[in-house]
Amino acid sequence: MSISFTAEELRKIDELKSRYPDSKAAIMPVLWMAQHKWGWLSEDVMRHVGDVMNLPYAHVKGVATFYTMYFKKPMGRHHVQVCTNVSCMLRGGEKLLDHVTQRLGIGNNEATADGLFSIEEVECMGACGGAPMIAINETFYENATIEELDRLLSAASVS
Amino acid sequence: MYTAPHLVLPKVDNLRDINVYMANGGYEQYKKAIRMTSDEVIDTVKRSGLRGRGGACFPTGLKWSFMPKGNDKPKYLAINGDESEPGSFKDRQIFEYNPHQLIEGIMIAGYAMGIAKAFIYIRGEYHAWVSMMEKAVQEAYDKGVIGERMKTTFGGDYAIDIVVHKGAGAYICGEETSLMNSLEGDRAYPRFKPPFPANKGLWGMPTTINNVETIATVPAIFAIGAEAYASIGAPGHTGTILFGISGHVNKPQVIELPTGTPLTEIIYDHCGGVPGGKRIKAIIPGGSSMPPLRGDEIDGVLMDEESLKKLGTHIGTAGIMVMDEDTDIVKVTLRIARFYHHESCGQCTPCREGCGWMEKVLHRLDHGEATSSDIDLLYNVASNIEGNTICALGDAAAWPVKGFIEKFRDEFEARCKPERSFISLNVVHGRRNTASTLVSTTV
Repeated sequence: MSISFTAEELRKIDELKSRYPDSKAAIMPVLWMAQHKWGWLSEDVMRHVGDVMNLPYAHVKGVATFYTMYFKKPMGRHHVQVCTNVSCMLRGGEKLLDHVTQRLGIGNNEATADGLFSIEEVECMGACGGAPMIAINETFYENATIEELDRLLSAASVS
Repeated sequence: MYTAPHLVLPKVDNLRDINVYMANGGYEQYKKAIRMTSDEVIDTVKRSGLRGRGGACFPTGLKWSFMPKGNDKPKYLAINGDESEPGSFKDRQIFEYNPHQLIEGIMIAGYAMGIAKAFIYIRGEYHAWVSMMEKAVQEAYDKGVIGERMKTTFGGDYAIDIVVHKGAGAYICGEETSLMNSLEGDRAYPRFKPPFPANKGLWGMPTTINNVETIATVPAIFAIGAEAYASIGAPGHTGTILFGISGHVNKPQVIELPTGTPLTEIIYDHCGGVPGGKRIKAIIPGGSSMPPLRGDEIDGVLMDEESLKKLGTHIGTAGIMVMDEDTDIVKVTLRIARFYHHESCGQCTPCREGCGWMEKVLHRLDHGEATSSDIDLLYNVASNIEGNTICALGDAAAWPVKGFIEKFRDEFEARCKPERSFISLNVVHGRRNTASTLVSTTV
């Protein structure tokens, strides 16, 4: 698979660059675009982003590795994030994490062999009022229970 | 629309819709502001007593007055919506329920400081809320209330552009200089101050960074008047504030109340008390980096910065975390230390190494493998981080650890191994040539 943005995506990238006084600032939105398109940021993807942004690969990799939400390895199609920070811990976040790791048979920051699921123990996601919270990809589920987690995982495994 | 204490989150249905916002007097405060000179606008904010809602409580009007006058170089406004402090979940209420008041606040702030470009930095985890804010900004462009068209809409010669910027998961980006590096497309390492952002900020230009809630408060000040705003809440820390209450309460929520509201009123009257009628062991008043209070200290505590400062803690982001009598304090402290270890950017040695050491010692304590001297060691490590780093993350990591040891020393002692050991330094004296070598030389 050759790694390259489509012409339309390149136009979008030009638009993103024009929002900032210096085009380098568009690197975060462009990395988001790349992650949405290819699922994770492989070396080839980061090199391509560097080419498109006219930035050295080392800089792209430096930025990508600074932030936890840019994946540096392939993650599952359903990325399950469980918060165990204080507010969630006080309300059972760790039990949810234990449950999901047991059910899926993988550890933190690992993906299942079929590529369907991955698990990440996340730091506070800003949903403390709905603790314990989990997120699957970009969707938050607040006041989560083991039953709801099971239901979500079952629904996801057939989708 | 503005009746205290609902100034930032007025009780109006569907206020996120620009038409509803305008039907309720939205974007009228900007019209009021542009009839004043920029100095008068800054003076109004000063007189209101508004202090920053991001944690440091810096007087907003004073911060604005630091910006250089004149338009010889570009100036920028950065709105801090990183909201990464554990226990804080208030700014997302503004993105969700009242995004246009934030936009109007940006217009007033931008007019006051002569800024033509603003960035709203929102944490990456808030995918849905980033979209909500982007939608609101687009609506504002479509209606001609921001961008070039605002000159014709409102008259005058002032225009501002707004860009929503999405983060990607880093606590440190809530620190203002780190946020600037992140926005510029670099690794988000905090910058040394001075130079302060008002002189040399984004792209080397004068920049002001304000919290989302701070800026969203500004239109309300113009609506009710600076003096009326200053009369709300505690005298040294005026107005209303969004409290986010989480942990062991029956109704965790974000609630807007006057500053200086008694803590017990918030917990028992507004949040329905503690589940199971349990007693409170500890509370953290303003996000996980603030020193905790013991349960037996909270009677009569008023939730404003000046009152809390007297008790050795701070209002921070007003994210109140409540812990009931069965809470394992050592585990909570360990969890907090683990968080800061994970989030330390690694730039300064005391924080990079110290946060890891604190986590290790707390891990020993939690697993019953520590001795009583480890508690002193932990306190010592925390003290050596505090104040010795470029940004406040070091303090944020040290304060809760020190605070929990000071307030709950008994719980830490109870987890130590029964044998005693005491730190003893410099008990031997030896000349260098008589000291044994560190590496074994036997072959």
